[in-house]
Amino acid sequence: MSEKKKNTLLEETASAVCEKTPAKGGRMEMRLAGSGGQGVILASVILAEAAVIAGKYTAQSQSYGPEARGGACRAETLISDTSIGFTKVQDPTFLMTLTEASYQKYAKDLPEGCMLLADESVSSAASRSGAVILPILRTAKEKVGKAQCANIVAVGCINEMLHIVDRESLAKAVAMHVPSGTEKINLTALSEGEKLMQGVTA
Amino acid sequence: MSVVSTGDVSEKTLQTSDLIYKYMRPEHLPQIWCPGCGNGTIMRDVVQAIDNLGLSRDKTVIVSGIGCSSRAAGYMDFDTIHTTHGRAIAFATGIKLANPELEVIVIAGDGDISAIGGNHLIHAARRNIGITVVVMNNNIYGMTGGQYSPTTPTGDYGTTAPYGNLDRSFDIAGLAYGAGASYAARGSVYHVRETIQLIQDGIRNIGFSIIDVASICPTYYGRKNKKGSAVDMLKWQKENAVTMEQAARMTDEQKKGKLIIGVLRQAQYPEFTYQYARLIARLAKEREE
Amino acid sequence: MGKVVLMQGNEACVEGAIAAGMRLYAGYPITPSTEIAEISALRLPQVGGTFIQMEDEIASIACAIGGSVAGTKSMTATSGPGFSLKQENLGYAALAEIPLVVVDVQRTGPSTGMPTSPSQGDMMMARWGTHGDHPVIALSPSSVEETYRLIIRAFNLSEKYRTPVLFMMDEIIGHLREGVTLPEEGSIEIEDRLTVRFPDPKRKAYEIKSGRFIPKMAPFGKGQRYNITGLMHDESGFPTNSPEVAEKLMSRLMHKISDHYDDIVQYEAVGMEDADVMIFCYGGTMRAAISAQEELRAQGKRCGIFRPITIWPFPERELRDFAPRLKKIVVAEHNYGQMVLEVERIAGKYCPVEFVGKYNGTVLTPQDIAKAVLGQEEGKEA
Repeated sequence: MSEKKKNTLLEETASAVCEKTPAKGGRMEMRLAGSGGQGVILASVILAEAAVIAGKYTAQSQSYGPEARGGACRAETLISDTSIGFTKVQDPTFLMTLTEASYQKYAKDLPEGCMLLADESVSSAASRSGAVILPILRTAKEKVGKAQCANIVAVGCINEMLHIVDRESLAKAVAMHVPSGTEKINLTALSEGEKLMQGVTA
Repeated sequence: MSVVSTGDVSEKTLQTSDLIYKYMRPEHLPQIWCPGCGNGTIMRDVVQAIDNLGLSRDKTVIVSGIGCSSRAAGYMDFDTIHTTHGRAIAFATGIKLANPELEVIVIAGDGDISAIGGNHLIHAARRNIGITVVVMNNNIYGMTGGQYSPTTPTGDYGTTAPYGNLDRSFDIAGLAYGAGASYAARGSVYHVRETIQLIQDGIRNIGFSIIDVASICPTYYGRKNKKGSAVDMLKWQKENAVTMEQAARMTDEQKKGKLIIGVLRQAQYPEFTYQYARLIARLAKEREE
Repeated sequence: MGKVVLMQGNEACVEGAIAAGMRLYAGYPITPSTEIAEISALRLPQVGGTFIQMEDEIASIACAIGGSVAGTKSMTATSGPGFSLKQENLGYAALAEIPLVVVDVQRTGPSTGMPTSPSQGDMMMARWGTHGDHPVIALSPSSVEETYRLIIRAFNLSEKYRTPVLFMMDEIIGHLREGVTLPEEGSIEIEDRLTVRFPDPKRKAYEIKSGRFIPKMAPFGKGQRYNITGLMHDESGFPTNSPEVAEKLMSRLMHKISDHYDDIVQYEAVGMEDADVMIFCYGGTMRAAISAQEELRAQGKRCGIFRPITIWPFPERELRDFAPRLKKIVVAEHNYGQMVLEVERIAGKYCPVEFVGKYNGTVLTPQDIAKAVLGQEEGKEA
């Protein structure tokens, strides 16, 4: 894709994001998908933790097969200002996919208005209008210097995109859930993620 | 052949009647075991060992499973628990974990400990939890009427082995030794002094101890296999027993059909509840710092 | 109000248990209950308690019973296949009157089934799984916060009635993370088992003094020197073959629970005041029912929810009170139809009882339940 075309796409998605971001207080049904081992469950837990810190209701769960590494993995976080009945995502308002395989599995039948964030490696996502495509995995590897931090980069992107919680709550939630001693690099990852998305929406 | 004692059992052994009043529940006697059964002798050996060691009656717990052996618990005047078939060691583990101060003694049968409860035996040995297991090993399921057990010798008869037992038999003390028991020994009903000493040493050992005691079952095993009267079966133990030391100098051919008694292993490994107490202390210290 | 923290259902189970005084956990890894073992292994030594990973499920419950006998509040947790294995010793604890909490995070069965998928297929096993008649108390939480509070109640009931209490979770709640408002320090009510003040071997361990319904024997190691057995026993704790003694013991064991129905049975009724249709559900299924009810109420349907929190004994008096004024009861559960049998037995003569269930590893959705309430499954339009 040429640099120019890419920029146009980003601009288009940026306006789409701004339009579709739910008003504060709306119920968010978020689905994060990737490959087992990429940390999407942890990312989903951190978003839920941030919601609790920010005084919101949340329900977080995941589904997985027997594989700990490599299999398709899906995690869900519901966030709402009112108490949550059914705890599973039915009409996702947001989907993130980090791999082509998880995109194939979860991006079909997306409801109208569901926002999509995909890693640049998810080649099929490019053809989807409104999709936000960012180099999440590459940023973790190259800018943060640690590929395992991709999930935290993603958390930064997501919050910047959806304005779920304030930054302080989010940083606190990240620090609570990453292995002790890695807080600094993970907070860097969070900032890099936020910057990535700011590049889109700016 | 007489067997040389592996240690010194105090000469001051109480008369049986004194032991009854000191350590038994006379209101629940006489016991239900058949005339000539070896289990009563082994129960007495346990009580004598407890007396010799001066254990507190209030801090000693007797745990049993199911089968003829399991009735021992009810006759003994301690905190006693008659559990489910095969699970005595697992119940005993919980008691020891909850209160490591207690001296926990399991009395079990051969089927109880090595068939249905075999898994618990090997893992308690591996874990080296500080309990003592005394096995009343009579080579048969007595309570249910004479079926072959894991310690019935190959070729011998039981009601479920009408053509002779095809299985090979377990050496229970050897099994526990292999699984890592820090004390494993073998005694017999005939060798009272030696067996009391072995039980004493097992209780004194800090860690998992097992004393596999050859019992006699004249009613089922003896009758099915034409071993004669109880006295004949005791005589057989007397005449066929060899010590570990003697056995060490014998060929495999010579050892065939012999009852080898004595200590298979006595080793020092960290005991589980001691290790756990250290972990708790370490975490408490880390929190203070 | 206490602090709000994000917790997984299985984690809330452990934290609540520790708050209730659990100081021994014996378990064996099994999906989807494994986090209960993992978190117990982490947390118990921090509070001076003990965690042990036993060699199998049977050993785990046996070890927990042993711990309780020696005076320590003990728990074991498992899922479907492991719950099957624990049944014999569950009966032991019921007959010998040993307090104990057994958690079952249910998964789709039978056999190995679908280990990571939710189910409520062990509800009847909770009642009838062990051989012989026996008393039983079973509770089922429908949120992570309730898990925390209800496991404390499970320990309290277990201690008060000297009986095993079954804590019937499901994968929906076990693996769900939600905010939990922790009770203020010191606000948690803790019940401890009655024990004799002066342990004496001459005293009958299982003697029932008038006005009491349970024996108050001492923990092992206190000098009472008594006997515990899984055989039918008299008040001294020794085996008996006497039909009179056996009958008296069985009767007391059953009555100690049934006579305290009001103390033990808890339920939740949501919007039942004006309801003409009831959704009957429990555990994680409640969450779909709440959303279904919201939808139905928005359509003007007078729909209520009745949720037993205590599953066994079954809240039959309350259900019987509601039933005559209902047009229909829809029983929603994640199995092929278990508690629906109990609902039919009690309410079936007053109103139709319909069933909507899932047993294929997926969850019941609010739409599944709403459809059943509207009678659309049968092609009827309400």
